[in-house]
Amino acid sequence: MSAISVSSTRKHLRIPKFSAVGLLPLAGPIAFFLLWQAVCASHVVRAVLLPTPFATIGYLFDALFHGTLAADAGVTLTRTLLSFAIGSILGVPIGVAFGSSQRLYRSVEFLIDFFRSTPASALIPLFILFFGITDINKIAIAAFSVFLIVMFNSAYGVMNARRARIRAAKVMGANAFQIFRDVLIFESLPQTFVGLRNGISTALVIVVVAEMFIGSDQGLGHRIIEGEQILHVTDMYASILVAGFLGYALNMIFMVLDRRLMHWNGK
Amino acid sequence: MIAEPAMASVLNDAAYIAVRGLAKSFGGQVVYGSFDLDLPRGKFTTIFGPNGCGKSTLINMMSGIVPFESGRIEIGGRDFRSANIGYVFQNYRDSLFPWWNALENIEYPLKVRGVPKAQQRERVDALLAKFEITLDLKRRTYELSGGQQQLVAILRALVADPEVLLLDEPFSALDYEMTLYIRDKLQTVFLETGLTTVLVSHDLEEAVYLADRILLLSRRPTRVVEFIEFETSRPRSTEIMSDPHFISVKQHALELFRAEMAR
Repeated sequence: MSAISVSSTRKHLRIPKFSAVGLLPLAGPIAFFLLWQAVCASHVVRAVLLPTPFATIGYLFDALFHGTLAADAGVTLTRTLLSFAIGSILGVPIGVAFGSSQRLYRSVEFLIDFFRSTPASALIPLFILFFGITDINKIAIAAFSVFLIVMFNSAYGVMNARRARIRAAKVMGANAFQIFRDVLIFESLPQTFVGLRNGISTALVIVVVAEMFIGSDQGLGHRIIEGEQILHVTDMYASILVAGFLGYALNMIFMVLDRRLMHWNGK
Repeated sequence: MIAEPAMASVLNDAAYIAVRGLAKSFGGQVVYGSFDLDLPRGKFTTIFGPNGCGKSTLINMMSGIVPFESGRIEIGGRDFRSANIGYVFQNYRDSLFPWWNALENIEYPLKVRGVPKAQQRERVDALLAKFEITLDLKRRTYELSGGQQQLVAILRALVADPEVLLLDEPFSALDYEMTLYIRDKLQTVFLETGLTTVLVSHDLEEAVYLADRILLLSRRPTRVVEFIEFETSRPRSTEIMSDPHFISVKQHALELFRAEMAR
């Protein structure tokens, strides 16, 4: 969605043909790194708290290819994908079921809204009580958050399916199962995808937080908090950048899938 | 036990679609209160009447889209629920399935009935050939023009050999050029198939132009003002609109409509 609106505003800007329009997306990051460099050069912030961008990037690649940064990123990614998979495999069908029955949905609406509004991080101690300080715990709490988001969106997708298409299928003689398979699923898909996209972002957030506070010796969250505590700030910044890149990449994958799979959306 | 059809006596060509004692209200407002109607077989009937008189509601009840409180509707001597109905919606955008291409949309009523895939395709090709329609069937529906989309919707309504074809203001979302084109195609379909056709219209000239019978409805609570005959040869072209007979029928219908509005 946002990508579509960006490209359309770009058209309205009427940028002259000779300018390198294709390079525009790089302007922001370059400005960011220049600002970072300027702050370092001005000594407003002590070097021990803020290494230069070049030092950080250099360290990042070194740690990725010769150190353990890639392994930590891999652990975080695995946990994120695993919790996302569990949350959505449960969330989509249950959401569709809730959405198919107004009565069923009304009876659980408050519960869903309540837990959706509760910060998942507030539940971390509760999950520690039940699952202990284990790997399963991190995945369980992230999967729980994903489940709520995905289920809620799938349910809404089904509930807001255009009645006209359901009626059309009915007039053509489709039975309840055929309507579900040929109309409801497709009608709810765009909203379900909104849920999946939010779900994967949330999964990463929760996994990183859980890695910080639920005793672990691997993962980007662990690395970031350790970098802070032993004042290995270059490692901390590099880990933050990698976490950011992970989130960005996951989001991009979903945006591409979104446009491929739901070619009709908004048409 | 012998199941005798309740209205076997009225089953004839003059009452192919038979409505008896139909009652329907919307939010306490009576739209139909004990409404009776016979529509003839193999004729093109257009329904015209004031806003809110339930023109669309009537064909929606015949097709089972809208429920009614009491009464019966029979099509071809059987309860309307077991009738094979082709229905064309006012808005093709909301009624076609944009996740499929044109071919898959047209084939859908056959798919629902479990017709083998190869036969589905044959049936669609035969339909296109019969009505001399060229369409890029591999295109997504939203890539087609409005007229082509409505054509897809009409073909979809015809593909499973319906007993009746019901159309709810099928031109209202089309520009004038496309309206003329689809009107012509609809006449071709009617001529080729002789299908019992019921079309709801909000344009009196169009209603007369297309019809063998014009059903003129009153304000709520709705009753039949007059069931006007207009039998002239087909295919009709737009020149017929300046024909004295056409003008007099249209004038007559207009006067009835005005009188109804003044009530």
